[in-house]
Amino acid sequence: MAEVIKYGDIAASGGKMRGRVCAAGLRKWYHRPSQPPAHVLEDCSFDIEPGKLTVLMGISGCGKSTLAYMLAGYVRPDAGSLTMDGKPIEAAGRDRILVFQETALWHWMTVFDNVIFGPMSSSAMTESAARAKALALLARFGVLDFKDKYPGQLSGGMKRRVELAQALINNPKLMILDEPFRGLDVMTRELMREYYLELFEETRLTTLFITSELEEAIFLADRVLVMSGSPARIVKSVEVDLPHPRKFEVLISERYVTIKEDLMQALYGHGAVEAIVPGEEVRA
Amino acid sequence: MAGFLLLWELLVRLGVSGFEGIPTLGAVWRAFWDKYLASAKYWQSWVVSFERVGYGFIVSQLLGIPLGLLLGTRRLFHEIVYPVVELLRPIPPLAWVPLSILFWPTAELSIVFITFIGPFFIIVINVHDGVRGIRKEHLWLARSLGARPGDIFRRIIVPSVIPSIAVGMTLGIAVSWNVVIAAEMIASDAGLGRLTWEGYVSHTGTTVIVGMISIGLAGYLSTLAVSYAERRMMPWQK
Repeated sequence: MAEVIKYGDIAASGGKMRGRVCAAGLRKWYHRPSQPPAHVLEDCSFDIEPGKLTVLMGISGCGKSTLAYMLAGYVRPDAGSLTMDGKPIEAAGRDRILVFQETALWHWMTVFDNVIFGPMSSSAMTESAARAKALALLARFGVLDFKDKYPGQLSGGMKRRVELAQALINNPKLMILDEPFRGLDVMTRELMREYYLELFEETRLTTLFITSELEEAIFLADRVLVMSGSPARIVKSVEVDLPHPRKFEVLISERYVTIKEDLMQALYGHGAVEAIVPGEEVRA
Repeated sequence: MAGFLLLWELLVRLGVSGFEGIPTLGAVWRAFWDKYLASAKYWQSWVVSFERVGYGFIVSQLLGIPLGLLLGTRRLFHEIVYPVVELLRPIPPLAWVPLSILFWPTAELSIVFITFIGPFFIIVINVHDGVRGIRKEHLWLARSLGARPGDIFRRIIVPSVIPSIAVGMTLGIAVSWNVVIAAEMIASDAGLGRLTWEGYVSHTGTTVIVGMISIGLAGYLSTLAVSYAERRMMPWQK
């Protein structure tokens, strides 16, 4: 009975187009004790279209996680505006869930208690409804047999699937995935990419996927935002018009190679920031 | 173990210099069998020392854990109280003995106070550092999922510091036994420390050794009890 739930049911509620993010002129300085202040972001502008999978790319340490924390509401920008569906993002909320680079599952709670935490602590649904939904999601993600285990007893890939269940039970409008598959082995990582893409294509849940891997970016993205510079900003936005549903064959197509060169140019190319042709410039 | 006992027996029997006053293994065993096994006073020493360690240790945890949590979570409280903790913490527990005897009305209370003060600062510092070391992702995630501050404290902060509490308890119970023995030698007429000391005063080597073995065993049994409690507190660690 648990298996009949569709991804569509998981995410569908409220209006169709949800999770439009507009960021304009974001600036961030970090002031840490006994360290020189760090200028992380300056004039960082982009938007995330609802129902699209947007990938944010950039070399490690360029400020991608800072941007993710701002979207989730954990970190406030020093300047600029950041809105979702027209409302300013000012604090953490159940409508935007971030899946962290390192697993953030609470290792002292069972898998089931981790998943049910959101609805139980926000009293968004009745306990029985929350339990039923948690079981359905765990079944859908293939981890139902592990519901009474602790996260420490799960493999890396399973933890990621539990985190997806923990997020999706809240009907978020925006999923933010911060290099979610980085710690996984190559095989698991490729499986998880396909897995997330399948989930996304069924739910069309607005997603910002952060990665520093070019191949992963192109394989997943409807659009790639390239972040660069110090302080960083979005220097390029590339539509990825590869056909859906994507299988690994797209990675050898000619179009893939063209997009890849384009992105490499933006990431590493000499004077990448200046090289943007007016028509390609990012909408602010 | 067998090698150690054999070495002891050999050194004493061969009359190696410095070992003349030390009884043989057999003599210790005979003394234990004849004088202590059926002696109410001997077992009373166990009870007295265990009670002192028990009260001091339990009170130190009951007061120290909440204090550590407060210090870790309340900024203003931290700024006012933490310097005092830092000032008092380096004072060895035994240095409190004279003041404790002056302050408390009975010798019993002053000894319990010493067994309290030893583990107290250890648990406070461990819990405080545990709260400070909580991964920010664990707290952020709870906020994103709609948890209120009370829920975050109860369901995220407290379980997060349980491993630190366990470390503090393990270190604390050992310190508590250390200091109770010394305090009993200085200021008491009962307990395993006193028993050992009396053996020394009356030049009864067998009593000294029986006392030492009893203290070692008592400490070991307390450690077992604490580890059992720790395993119960952390069911996720298998």
